[in-house]
Amino acid sequence: MKPRNISLTVNGSERFAEAEPRVTLLDFLRYHLGVTGAHMGCEHGVCGACSVLVDGEPVRACLMFAVQAAGKSVTTVEGLAGSDGEPSPLQEAFRDAHGLQCGYCTPGMLIAAQALLDENPDPDEADIREAIGGNICRCTGYVQIIEAIQLAVTNLREAAQ
Amino acid sequence: MKPAPFDYVAAASADDAVRHLAEHGDEALILAGGQSLVPMMNMRLARPTVLIDINDCAELKFMGLESGDGFAIGAGTRQKDILKSAETKAAVPLLLKALAFVGHVQTRNRGTLGGSIAHGDPSAEMPLVAVTLDAAIRLRSSTSERTVAAVEFYSGPMSTERAPDECLLAVNFPHTPGAGTGFHEVSERHGDFAIVSAAAEISLRDGKCASAAIGIGGAHPYPIKAAKAEAILIGEVPTDALIEAAAEAATEGIEAMDDVHATAAYRMRVARVLAARAISDAIAEAQS
Repeated sequence: MKPRNISLTVNGSERFAEAEPRVTLLDFLRYHLGVTGAHMGCEHGVCGACSVLVDGEPVRACLMFAVQAAGKSVTTVEGLAGSDGEPSPLQEAFRDAHGLQCGYCTPGMLIAAQALLDENPDPDEADIREAIGGNICRCTGYVQIIEAIQLAVTNLREAAQ
Repeated sequence: MKPAPFDYVAAASADDAVRHLAEHGDEALILAGGQSLVPMMNMRLARPTVLIDINDCAELKFMGLESGDGFAIGAGTRQKDILKSAETKAAVPLLLKALAFVGHVQTRNRGTLGGSIAHGDPSAEMPLVAVTLDAAIRLRSSTSERTVAAVEFYSGPMSTERAPDECLLAVNFPHTPGAGTGFHEVSERHGDFAIVSAAAEISLRDGKCASAAIGIGGAHPYPIKAAKAEAILIGEVPTDALIEAAAEAATEGIEAMDDVHATAAYRMRVARVLAARAISDAIAEAQS
């Protein structure tokens, strides 16, 4: 099928490329734009590794076509760090609380957790479990991931005071 | 895997969508939230040659009471928006209870009511609620518009009365003021497809059941309404023995599926237990 011109905002920058309608947002980011932070896991919406924010809301990038994201604002894990490349408070908490092992699920976990913190700066453990319920960690390091998000909540609260 | 090639059309309105459906015939499919269709396309279980995207059809996204027709929800309304709607929670509380079991944050942000209803997975929660509450499904083609009762809509797994040239417009849910609701489900993990689920909405008058709506999902090839269980309850004082009798009757007519997740016998046993719990919850809520 004929490629379409697709322009969108990725991590604050205007980006543009051509892609066939069948190209998912995930493949578009990774192969057409070279933004490889969102990971490819199951490609059928089960694992959550490809989670990105579209207009601020977490979605599965493997279940959306790039052509549907035209004109929208997409945030991948690369967009979480500061402009100086310093890790975000959430990323620092993942490092400090050992919230990652092999790292494959981490971009999706960070996006899911960031979406939670954007909506609810004071989540309890049940809220955190619900927020990352759609993301699979095959190292099964869920407890440290939850602790990392709790640490980020604590650190952000203290920083705000 | 990657989907097979297809052409893509963004419909501007419902009329635009059905015009494209008429033009492209059986090879075209409607793309709503894409949370069931796109996995099927990625696995090449579905190979539409044209996708008609209704995500930008603002007229399909609404929730509100319609005089005489209960509470209507547009087919394109996203699941996350239904979950956040206080008006919908007040009018169709069973829908909100069931939505808590549907997928995950990421899928509810895209997934729509109409998409789930039209897809017709036997274990999906939205079709079960529609069947239980005797909702009406509104469909439009390029030449006509019609309404099909949810209890008549399903005929098998992913098999519905929707003709290939029809697009879902909305689902109308009856509104029963003061009714209590209950929803229970057994799945491998929270957010996964139900092995069995049970839904109930019951209202009381003078301590007796004035109305009862009960349904079972996941067990039979499509969600079914437990009319006999409802008849057992209506007009009676809901004692524990009566609830047990109704739950037992709720499994009548189920031809339980046997698969890798559970045996048919297990599904039948769980259906009875979950029906009893859903009925009990609904009665307790109606009493409070």
